Amino acid sequence: MGRLDRVLVEKVAKRYGTERALAGVSLELVRGTMCALLGHNGAGKTTLLGVVSTLVRPNTGSVTYRSGEVKLKGEAVRREIGLLAHASLCYGELSAIENLELVAGLYGITASVTAVLDQVGLEPRARERAARTYSRGMLQRLALARALLTKPSLLLLDEPFTGLDRGGALTLGEQLGGLKADGTIVVVVTHDLEAIAGRTDHVAILKRGKLVCEERSDLSYSYDQLKDLYHRNAA
Amino acid sequence: MLRHALRIAWKDLRIEVRSKEIFMTVAFFGALLVVIYSFAFQDKSAIRAAVPGMLWVALAFTGTISLGRAFDRERENDTMRALLLAPVPRLSVFIGKAIAMGLLNLGVAVIIVPLLALWLNAPLFAYPLELAGIVIAGSFGIAIVGSVFAATLLKARSRDVLLPVVLYPILLPLFVAGTKCTAALVAVNPDLDIAHYWMDFVGIYDAAFLVLSLWVFESLVIE
Repeated sequence: MGRLDRVLVEKVAKRYGTERALAGVSLELVRGTMCALLGHNGAGKTTLLGVVSTLVRPNTGSVTYRSGEVKLKGEAVRREIGLLAHASLCYGELSAIENLELVAGLYGITASVTAVLDQVGLEPRARERAARTYSRGMLQRLALARALLTKPSLLLLDEPFTGLDRGGALTLGEQLGGLKADGTIVVVVTHDLEAIAGRTDHVAILKRGKLVCEERSDLSYSYDQLKDLYHRNAA
Repeated sequence: MLRHALRIAWKDLRIEVRSKEIFMTVAFFGALLVVIYSFAFQDKSAIRAAVPGMLWVALAFTGTISLGRAFDRERENDTMRALLLAPVPRLSVFIGKAIAMGLLNLGVAVIIVPLLALWLNAPLFAYPLELAGIVIAGSFGIAIVGSVFAATLLKARSRDVLLPVVLYPILLPLFVAGTKCTAALVAVNPDLDIAHYWMDFVGIYDAAFLVLSLWVFESLVIE
């Protein structure tokens, strides 16, 4: 199966009981772009990431995953998705290496676990230790390594800069820029506009479950442009 | 699918061997139950009639505690989502969890059964193979049904209370059959035909719920 070229979100709505999380959101994600998914807390950003990651079933609407002219489904889609969520998605009792080896086994890949840990900057002496002993920043690096290990063509990141120091955030921003240049579809939910400025070329702003703004640019958005868009639409 | 299920089960057992958190707690709880039984049943002539119920009540309680804690572990860092996101049949997640829970239940039963036999002088080992058969079938039955409900209730706020409330009515036929089978094995005049009948019943119960669980698991765990 090939890498994803396009993800089409069409009129997706999701309710949790009486609470409306998403109301008819349509969005197109294209390879080699970085989409900044912005909005206040409770706007529906995480739910939308859940729907795109196949972990949340929408009440109405659909998500189509395309590789060229082929529509991918089920396991073929999940193989192409990398997710960095609020939680680390890693087992506290296992070390960083064991966590990544488990992922590699489930994905049937033989990627170098050490190389990806080097890439995210998790210090070597911490790698054999149980993940529950990690600081928030180290855990975030492990979670990122977990998401990158499978070389996904759709990378979904929910507040990826949380817990990282300024240097770590800038390095992550650069890495995401590199992945975008390699053809990965990157979707970032964040409030840290500075970290994604100069790299994002697609902005989607959600407000109370509705998509209130979607813009694309051939050039990346600057920090001032992102801030302006956010304040004009999310407020 | 089985390869991935075994990988998930191995991961669970590896974590448990490392932390010993569930096994130690639940085995200690099981031992406490046996001590309480020994004080509650001072009349030794009643032991033969009461021990099947004691055994299956202990397995029910310890099984529910194990299930709750084992699935809580998947909730802590949202690792259940990670398993469901993996490009493997989602049923292998269920099967893997059920295998691990079944083995854990069995491990606890290995502590409880000899304790009951020794402390209460109960003739539980009169027919060891038959007893092993019903305990194995029961342990995996609890694990199969329990894994589906524990996974479904993972996001529920009062899951600790809800799990036994939802689980016990569904497991009731298994507990009744287990108790009847054990009673037939420890009776003054043991009846192996009756014991085998209830063993078959538990086997069919396990198979039926395995099929049903495989059918509904994915739709229950996806939000």
